[in-house]
Amino acid sequence: MANKALEGVNVVAFILGITGPLTTAILASYGAQVLRIESRTRIEWHRQAGPFVGNVSQPDRSAAYLFVNSGVYGVTLNLKHPRAMEVMTKITKWADVVVDNFAGGVMKRMGMGYEDLKKIKPDIIMLSAAIYGQTGPYADIPGHGGTLTALTGLPNITGFTDQKPQFPGFTITDFIAPRANVLAIVAALDYRQRTGKGLYIDAAQMESVIPLMTPVLLEYEANGKEAERMGNRTAYAAPHGVYQCKGDNRWCTICVYDTNEWERFCMVVGKPAWKESTEFGTLIDRLKNVDKLDSLIEEWTMEHSPEEVVSLVRSAGIAAGIVQNGQDLDNDPQLQHRHFYWELDHPEIGKFTYSGMPAMLSKTPYEIRRAPMLGEHNEYVCTELLGISDEEFAQLISDGVLE
Amino acid sequence: MSKQEKGESVLSPYRILDLTDEKGLYCGQLLGNLGADVIKIEKPGGDPVRNIAPFFHDIPDPEKSLYWFAFNTNKRGVTLDIEMVDGRELFKKLVKTADVIIESFPPGYMDELGLGYAELEKINPRIVMTSITPFGQTGPCCDYKASDLVCWATSGLLFVTGDPDKPPVHVSHIPLAFLLGGMDGAWSTTIALYWRRTSGEGQHIDVAIQDSASKTAWMIHERWEVTGKEFERGSSRYGVPNSEVVLRMVWPARDGHIMYMLITGLFGVAESQRLVKWLDDEGMADDFLRGIDWTTLDWINMSREEADRIQDYFARFFQAKTKTELLEGAIKRRIMLQPINTPRDIAEHPQLEARDYWQKVDHTDLGVTLRYPSRFCLLSDAPCNIWRRAPLIGEHNREIYQKELGLSSEELVALKQAGII
Repeated sequence: MANKALEGVNVVAFILGITGPLTTAILASYGAQVLRIESRTRIEWHRQAGPFVGNVSQPDRSAAYLFVNSGVYGVTLNLKHPRAMEVMTKITKWADVVVDNFAGGVMKRMGMGYEDLKKIKPDIIMLSAAIYGQTGPYADIPGHGGTLTALTGLPNITGFTDQKPQFPGFTITDFIAPRANVLAIVAALDYRQRTGKGLYIDAAQMESVIPLMTPVLLEYEANGKEAERMGNRTAYAAPHGVYQCKGDNRWCTICVYDTNEWERFCMVVGKPAWKESTEFGTLIDRLKNVDKLDSLIEEWTMEHSPEEVVSLVRSAGIAAGIVQNGQDLDNDPQLQHRHFYWELDHPEIGKFTYSGMPAMLSKTPYEIRRAPMLGEHNEYVCTELLGISDEEFAQLISDGVLE
Repeated sequence: MSKQEKGESVLSPYRILDLTDEKGLYCGQLLGNLGADVIKIEKPGGDPVRNIAPFFHDIPDPEKSLYWFAFNTNKRGVTLDIEMVDGRELFKKLVKTADVIIESFPPGYMDELGLGYAELEKINPRIVMTSITPFGQTGPCCDYKASDLVCWATSGLLFVTGDPDKPPVHVSHIPLAFLLGGMDGAWSTTIALYWRRTSGEGQHIDVAIQDSASKTAWMIHERWEVTGKEFERGSSRYGVPNSEVVLRMVWPARDGHIMYMLITGLFGVAESQRLVKWLDDEGMADDFLRGIDWTTLDWINMSREEADRIQDYFARFFQAKTKTELLEGAIKRRIMLQPINTPRDIAEHPQLEARDYWQKVDHTDLGVTLRYPSRFCLLSDAPCNIWRRAPLIGEHNREIYQKELGLSSEELVALKQAGII
């Protein structure tokens, strides 16, 4: 058995959507044991969103749920039941970390705020990832990845100048905040090892994403200038863009950064004369005539498949890449080399393929395990992890504490 | 500097050597936010990232790059040429005092210098080395160059960003893929440090930015895998599956844009009704709009024209109001509408103000104080903040080489003259 970096770290999660689940899926991949508390009476939206494996609409088959819930244990606990707190107390004693991504104040109102849980487990670490955080005038306003993406201003700098603001991947912030969350949680675990003290982490998603916008915010702060959309171009290199290739909806990217690269590029496209031309010879020329340059390059790329273009341009030591779709990702030799996709068996639904983790640790490899079915691990968690007797467990089921 | 003190925080015991370029700068900054002692090692003369715009007052100068400022706060800065023998020896001395090395050179570069993980591990078996590169340390594409745009292209996300009748468009002109690679470097580094507490061993971390970006590409691979179909490009609109209806996501307001999604099905009924009520209260609804039964409405049974007729009511309403009016009304009426903020909107955001989010950082050399986003999370008993502006070129050479490593001032002068520091 390989070493697991987070072996022995116990996490309980009250999560929904993507931000919470991706946070705990990362922790689980590196060896943490994660209990995801769910409800059978109020089934989470992502279990209902699809698309469904085998085209059968059923909560265990929704790809939107599966892809972001790998490796966690599924527990269905009816938090509205008067005896739910008994189980919650046991879980809290077992846990090192509690994660939630409800709107600000929700956990507190349910009697599971940091102060409540700290009474049960003094060195507990808790992270709450509300959109706006736990305090301030907007704290209890609900939102989702789309509203948060708008809030951070990212769409205003995504798109062509004549295009509306664009939302990359609909909800790109859902995938940014979890990274900050994992960093804060593991750093807090390290702190607890040294000091014996737990922590509360108010991980306002807004605040974990906005630092990425710092250059744009500083530009406004220092120069009073508000950054705008600039498509695929950059102020200091040309060509730098996306070009159509032969085929239906096939594209490639090419980015040429310096004179040496430019001269090699001219040879690749068979236009050595461009090197000396008054239109494209220098960077300043190319930036000035970038529209013409881009359309001439596209004349060339349109004659080739993106695979051909990218292979030629890359072998000249220039940055290029196919604009990959889902099928391209599946065939990508580099992703295959890194074993990025994990096709895993599922007892009920057959196979589903999960994406892996971007960080490979040489001595403690990560592992992707499949996502749970609703309530799949109720018995295992209660009897094996929490020390609840078989009789007691049966009682919890028949009383409807566990759904 | 106001409230700028380095307090004991969650990563205070750790020293990080940061050799990265723009692909990995954010990693060290995040660790520094949590208290780590991060030393940015630049080439003599300054890091090429100092040439990245925007510049303070638009003056192109290596000490005025706002991009450099943004991702190097809390770091101390030294210059060192690790390609020269003396530079390598000095670097090895630093490695003995360090916990983590972050680097983003092409794979194999550090090995060629005799500074690969295998070598450094011999000097310091507890060292964690975090490598952040476009495609990872090994594999058929590992030696290829990549820009941020190329990383997004290979991730799958670029394919769906933009409009169906226009080319795919870059996921913002901030290099977000590089920043995500930096974030993945940061959390994985803490995981390695945590494991080191029990094992006593360091290890080598291999972050591929393509994978960081792919991990961000929402359902691109999964959808193809499950349905055999690709997403249609569309990131300001939403094409309802199995229908010709296109729902708008980005709407013009009087002074900018807002995002609003008409959520259909059970989840959206009450909210859609509240939105219609709002239009009605302000005299912008008529019998047609009031007569829509949102409980049974299903876009799939509609033509594009019918759907557009409904959406046009909302479009007229939104366009007549400012972003602030819309936000205030939406909060009151519990509608998930959100202005697409400009940098100014963010700078003046009342929530950030109330949470004391901004950190004033003195740039005495420029004679100004600039406000920075202070943190990526708020910890109850430990700071996550900025206590130091980004370093000037070689600002801490004497502090680190002389005071901490014990070099004499003669040695320092010699190294400077030889172009090593």
